[in-house]
Amino acid sequence: MGLIETFFNAKVFVETLPLLWTGLVVTIELGLLSIGLGLLLGLAVALMRLFGIAALRIVARIYIDLFRSIPLLVLLIVIYYALPFIGIRLSSFASATLALTLVSGAYTAEIFRAGIEAIPKGQFEAAKVLGLSWPQMMVDVILPQAVKIVIPPLTNNCINVMKDTALASVVAMPDLLKQATQAQALAANPTPLIGAAAIYILILWPLVLLVSRFERTLKVDTR
Amino acid sequence: MGTIISMRGVDKYFGRFQALNGIDLDIAEGEVVCVIGPSGSGKSTLIRCITLLENFTAGEILVDTVPVREGRELELVRREVGMVFQSFNLFPHMTVLRNVMLAPIRVRRLSPAKAEERARDLLIRVGIDEQAQKYPSQLSGGQQQRVAIARALAMEPKVLLFDEPTSALDPEMVGEVLDVMRALARTGVTMVVVTHEMGFARQVADRVLFMDGGAIVETGTPQQIFDSPREERTRAFLKAVLHH
Repeated sequence: MGLIETFFNAKVFVETLPLLWTGLVVTIELGLLSIGLGLLLGLAVALMRLFGIAALRIVARIYIDLFRSIPLLVLLIVIYYALPFIGIRLSSFASATLALTLVSGAYTAEIFRAGIEAIPKGQFEAAKVLGLSWPQMMVDVILPQAVKIVIPPLTNNCINVMKDTALASVVAMPDLLKQATQAQALAANPTPLIGAAAIYILILWPLVLLVSRFERTLKVDTR
Repeated sequence: MGTIISMRGVDKYFGRFQALNGIDLDIAEGEVVCVIGPSGSGKSTLIRCITLLENFTAGEILVDTVPVREGRELELVRREVGMVFQSFNLFPHMTVLRNVMLAPIRVRRLSPAKAEERARDLLIRVGIDEQAQKYPSQLSGGQQQRVAIARALAMEPKVLLFDEPTSALDPEMVGEVLDVMRALARTGVTMVVVTHEMGFARQVADRVLFMDGGAIVETGTPQQIFDSPREERTRAFLKAVLHH
């Protein structure tokens, strides 16, 4: 068998495409859900860390440091294989979502914190003196400016979460990678794996380009 | 006329540094007070305490009989007290118009249409009406500061505080901002102006305060302060700033 027939076997690819497709749907569901929940969690933790009472600040800080230290794969396996021993049984989808969200939330919190801290003190003061309440100040004045600053690092984080969804295949999650390895076993040919790799790249390359573009425009437009 | 701001025994410490030392001050409704003094004398701290941007350490401040302190009262105070900053502090992600409309809509619950009408009137008053749809970064410093004045006025405050409003401006733009403030002083709004513009203070103030070392050293009409200051420190300061 030639190289082309081994790695880029058209017949095998077409046969296993439905399987890859179901995997891709799961990967995208898992990725988007974890990114969305991670953003909400991260924003909440960042606000706690910056503006909460002392106890909340400490909790936020511990959370951020803890989940930036633990390897995602370890966390995932602990949630899926260890928690059942204390009666917490989560599906592989729920386990993967939880692990990805917790870790993404910690990184997102640090990104939001940096963005909010970059807003000049005068913006807070002007909003307060105009009589805006704290939530109004954050929603109308501070966060729109902070979010603009953190869009490039947040996009970077989204790319990481999307890539990390592949780890879910170790907890029997039928995601793109898992389905590709299944298909490879069925077809006795590695083409589905190559196909899966190509699909990951196809999805994430545009996001990578987007981040580069943000970085370029931010350099030019420094105001 | 009644007293609108009353300060009694106000102290402010930054760590071990005493920025304000036993400030007693009454400001009458409609009065225009200019605060002068060397940098680090506590002028800015004084007006920042009135709207609680700085927590004072001791004493009491009343604005229109409402005590200035954290909580429910602070909302009332901040509705009645506007402030204009040295660095403008316009919201850079909003148009000029939106900057002026925001607080009336959010805090006074004005309808957007009513708020826009008021904002446009105010922008005409400060001479920025043609730039209403621009963003702050597209305006000169003098224009930005005039927008900041309009933004403060949009809340219809009883008191306007100015924290060195012309100090960050290029010299050729100082005049346009002072003109707006001069016109404002004639409308009867209470103004407390921290400034290095002695000409403005002499011409517009009802009363001038000279501060040094966190205390009010001398207070009087512009004529008294500028022409016949009683205190040696006042004389030394005026000599330094007027003959450079």
